Amino acid sequence: MKKSWIIAIKELQAFFDSLTAYIMLVAFIGFSGFFTWLYGTDIFLRNQADLKVFFSIAYWTLFFFIPAITMRMFAEENRTGTIELLLTKPITEWQVVMGKFLACLLLVAIALGLTLPYYLTVWKLGNIDHGATITGYLGLLLMSSVYISIGLFTSSVTGNQIVAFLSALFAGLFFNIIFDVLAGNFTGTLGTLLSYLSLSSHYESVTRGVIDSKDLIYFASLILVFMIATEMTLSKRKLAQ
Amino acid sequence: MNITVENLTRKYGIQKAVDNISFHVRTGEVLGFLGPNGAGKTTTMKIITGLLAPNNGDVSVGNYSVTKQPEEVKKLIGYLPENNPLYPDMGVIDYLAYSARLQGIEEPKIKPRIAEMIRLCGLGVEKHKLIGELSKGYRQRVGLAQAMIHDPKVLILDEPTTGLDPNQIVEIRKLIKELGREKTVILSTHILPEVEATCDRILIINKGKIVADGTPDTLRKQATGRELLRIKIEDADRDTVFMNLRSLDTVAMVDPMPGTSNYFEVQSHENLSSRRNIFNLCKEKGYVLTEMTPVETKLEDLFRDLTLN
Repeated sequence: MKKSWIIAIKELQAFFDSLTAYIMLVAFIGFSGFFTWLYGTDIFLRNQADLKVFFSIAYWTLFFFIPAITMRMFAEENRTGTIELLLTKPITEWQVVMGKFLACLLLVAIALGLTLPYYLTVWKLGNIDHGATITGYLGLLLMSSVYISIGLFTSSVTGNQIVAFLSALFAGLFFNIIFDVLAGNFTGTLGTLLSYLSLSSHYESVTRGVIDSKDLIYFASLILVFMIATEMTLSKRKLAQ
Repeated sequence: MNITVENLTRKYGIQKAVDNISFHVRTGEVLGFLGPNGAGKTTTMKIITGLLAPNNGDVSVGNYSVTKQPEEVKKLIGYLPENNPLYPDMGVIDYLAYSARLQGIEEPKIKPRIAEMIRLCGLGVEKHKLIGELSKGYRQRVGLAQAMIHDPKVLILDEPTTGLDPNQIVEIRKLIKELGREKTVILSTHILPEVEATCDRILIINKGKIVADGTPDTLRKQATGRELLRIKIEDADRDTVFMNLRSLDTVAMVDPMPGTSNYFEVQSHENLSSRRNIFNLCKEKGYVLTEMTPVETKLEDLFRDLTLN
């Protein structure tokens, strides 16, 4: 765990040393702020003291932003060969994956932390449902973790950042919307399966303020599957063919 | 820390990059790994560092096996990969600190270690720059510094002097030689003078197999087996000297050197020396022997002999 932190801190510093972190933070706050407060069915139009609008906007903005922060993670190390040097240090592949995952999650957490003034403002304006807001943030973090693990996986299989970005977006799209749409077209077991795979239904149930173990297991297993796949891609080079 | 490589084989698809090689390196030995491009040098080194798994065979570093206890082995090894991959966006000191932490050096010891590495590798002037801003030679030094940051018992250096200027090459070779006294060093190169300057022992591999193993001297002897002398005889007629030299029973071949001076190259029969006979001949005939030099076969020739087939 200590080794993972070393990597996480290094990666987080790299985010802030380059412009990535600042662009991501500004764009995230900008987009979500604009749609939450100023445009469309914003908070004033709804006239309800909740952050439903923000959560549905963040559902989409994070979907696009997370592949952009994960694409560099392994693709660049694969391209420059630093991954080989990293793996000759006394550190396991899992610790490397964990470290990179933590760095991305921390950046997302910082972005979400910067939206806390929204929460305080709405609280001031009316009678906010604290429970639902907290689970809403939790839902965003869980959803982000899924996208991060998908992004890390697609980044680990290629040395090209654009390929990593696009395939993460494509894979994410299935969980974001395609499974949901398909589920509507099928009945029976297949329909149930597709609807279970769809991220949006689980996300919505968490943001409603209901923490169901079914949803938690869903998120945890998706994260684990992609993290393990990433670890396996890294240790593949060790396998004798 | 001894390194033992046993029956190591690694295939890429059907091609054998390393084909059943075995060797042993002792503490305080600098082993030069020689071979043409694609001979299997880098593959062997990657297996020793635990980056690649062998199809067959094993490597033990000290008492640990690379395939069974990779984490223990990794702590003992400092590795400089072939093209020296680094993070261009990181500062020199930050990068060394990161490497030190990954190697598990305790926090209070990190700063002195970095200072020591900066001094040892001559990074003083450039230490506050980003790695991406450094010239190739300085990057190579950063690569060396990160390999040695945890004071490893074993150093694996894959072409450590590429991209350095002649002064830096001399410095790095000196450094490797110094380090080699207490550590076990394996370095690969295809620059032959480098091997002669730094290594106690040479291992030449070709197409995944070991074709020669020994000190530079023994390898040279192996290559010729025959003594070759260059002599100069004055105060005598060129042709008669030539005939007289030919008639000596230890001499296999006499080759007069082009030009007017009385230079000859004399090759003896296998395992025999003609030096005494030549001296006695000169004494008897009253020739003046002004030069007698043993001609050493160059490692280049040996290298070409062993790898060009």
